[in-house]
Amino acid sequence: MAEPKAPGSGHDKLMIGQSASGIYVAHAILILGLVIVAFPIYYTFVASTQTLQTILRPPLPLLPGSEFWNNYSEALFGGAGRLGGVGAGTLLWNTTVMALGIAVGKIVISILSAYAIVFFRFPFRMAIFWLIFITLMLPVEVRILPTYKVMVDLGLIDTYAGLIIPLIASATATLLFRQFFMTIPGELVEAARVDGAGPWRFFFDILLPLSRTNIAALFVILFIYGWTQYLWPLLVTNRNDMTTIVIALKKMVSFADADTQWHLVMVTAILAIVPPILVVVLMQRWFVRGLVDTEK
Amino acid sequence: MATVDLKDVRKVYPGGVEAVKGVSIAIPDKELCVLVGPSGCGKSTLLRMIAGLETISSGTCAIDGKVVNAVGPTERDIAMVFQNYALYPHMKVYDNMAYGLRNRGTPKDEIDSRVRSTAKVLELSHLLDRRPRELSGGQRQRVAMGRAIVRNPKVFLFDEPLSNLDAKLRGQMRVEIKNLQRSLGVTSVYVTHDQLEAMTLADILVVMNAGLVEQMGAPLDIYEKPASTFVASFIGAPPMNLLAIAAKPNSPVDTAEKVLANGEGLEISAPAHAATLGFRPEDADVISEGTTGSLKLSATVEAVEPVGAESFLYCAAAGGRIVVRVSGRAAAKPGDQLKVMVPAGKLHWFDSTGKRV
Repeated sequence: MAEPKAPGSGHDKLMIGQSASGIYVAHAILILGLVIVAFPIYYTFVASTQTLQTILRPPLPLLPGSEFWNNYSEALFGGAGRLGGVGAGTLLWNTTVMALGIAVGKIVISILSAYAIVFFRFPFRMAIFWLIFITLMLPVEVRILPTYKVMVDLGLIDTYAGLIIPLIASATATLLFRQFFMTIPGELVEAARVDGAGPWRFFFDILLPLSRTNIAALFVILFIYGWTQYLWPLLVTNRNDMTTIVIALKKMVSFADADTQWHLVMVTAILAIVPPILVVVLMQRWFVRGLVDTEK
Repeated sequence: MATVDLKDVRKVYPGGVEAVKGVSIAIPDKELCVLVGPSGCGKSTLLRMIAGLETISSGTCAIDGKVVNAVGPTERDIAMVFQNYALYPHMKVYDNMAYGLRNRGTPKDEIDSRVRSTAKVLELSHLLDRRPRELSGGQRQRVAMGRAIVRNPKVFLFDEPLSNLDAKLRGQMRVEIKNLQRSLGVTSVYVTHDQLEAMTLADILVVMNAGLVEQMGAPLDIYEKPASTFVASFIGAPPMNLLAIAAKPNSPVDTAEKVLANGEGLEISAPAHAATLGFRPEDADVISEGTTGSLKLSATVEAVEPVGAESFLYCAAAGGRIVVRVSGRAAAKPGDQLKVMVPAGKLHWFDSTGKRV
């Protein structure tokens, strides 16, 4: 719960002494860190509001220019020349579909497999658990060739399914749910059985509501994981209108500096980081609760 | 309502451990049967088999005359109160109580009226909108009871329901459970390791040890005539005093003349095969002058435990340790020498296997 702590309780004490100068030093260090992290992003934003000519003629001004509306509408609706006229709107849509598909798919698959492993007794249960566990050691890169072959055979190149499905299986999320489910007291399961709840009822009425903070935290992590995917979308998409914003960003940059529409690259870069930031900001409360709090 | 009949029920776990080794209990309609015993004696396993949460390895369990071995917990029409209450943490009290009814397809308005009337009986009406974590231990206990009662089942099963409460609350809830059970008239099985709970709640008391029933009957009958040294030492607080006795030297084993462990002779005759004699702390008196026909022991006080209305003297006597109850304040201090007398009629005799003689 987000109740304010009583003053002077353990965590609220400043780590550096209580003196005023200590507080100033602490703040100075924190602000410096913030500037170092935030400045490149700010500079990208500044660049995204300048004309191409201004960007190509250093030094770049430190304040936003006047081209905000022109640049952003051109990127979103006009389409970038090097991408065959595909606008950033399409790219954002593609990436959103992929990131949501991966996040939701991973959560659904892993919560169901963890449910099976923790609450049911079936032959080779432990063998299956270890099989899932072992896949942790096989990152996408290792199995990328066979996966690509399968996608080609299934005709899933340049489709959303091709972008999403190979990334859905998740040992990490399965383990996370497994660990959480194991903390659910056996008595609760038995109480539900006595109360007449079958396996589905128990899952939907009891397990799912109890897991919701975990699901939220996992969703944030997985959405960003999906959003920032690079290698797999690069391989599985050829058409410019099916590619993701991260890949598009790469494609927009030419070897020849003058050939690159840097103002649009900057706009696309800013657009690419907005949705993950939104997800984190909007779900922050749930995210933190999911990591620190179990509702028991 | 319902009877519960267990016939030679056994539980063997896959590893080969036999937790329950053939138990037969018949619980008449509307009676409360308490299963009591030390941890690991199989009492909880037995309860869980009645609930249908554990399979029965052999033997039969019948509820209301119908064998339910192959019937799941939902269809047995039982309700269970768990040790840690097992309330659904994300549901309000109302929904906790209504959940079982909803799963059975009870109409909405009937659920509402039943939950509200049950809440009234248990004084939970003002808590219906709270979640379990906002309740105190005693209130959670009540909700767990409410969840069982609202279903109006054939049988109530209680699995050490009071063990998480403080002593005062435990006493209150004990009385309340007894009253509720009696007014609702629902056949109940209650598992506890607390002999006081067992004595006060039970219509039928079943003392279990190592997977077997040691003794079964009315609580006071068991108290007055324990069938074995195990029951004698388990029921009653402080437990019955047990002293080893042996045949007088150079006498046949089955002589009536026995000596205590310190060689002192008994002035009264003992049953032929008795190997242990026992007496309750309250049956012993501290005396100055002995009367005939009673057991006399010289004892050294080791500790005095004043409880208020009575005091317990922990003494060394006859090569063992005994507890003597005296009413009010005890005059004795540690180190005092006492004479303790027990009337012959109050003595219990057990043979070398621990069985009552």
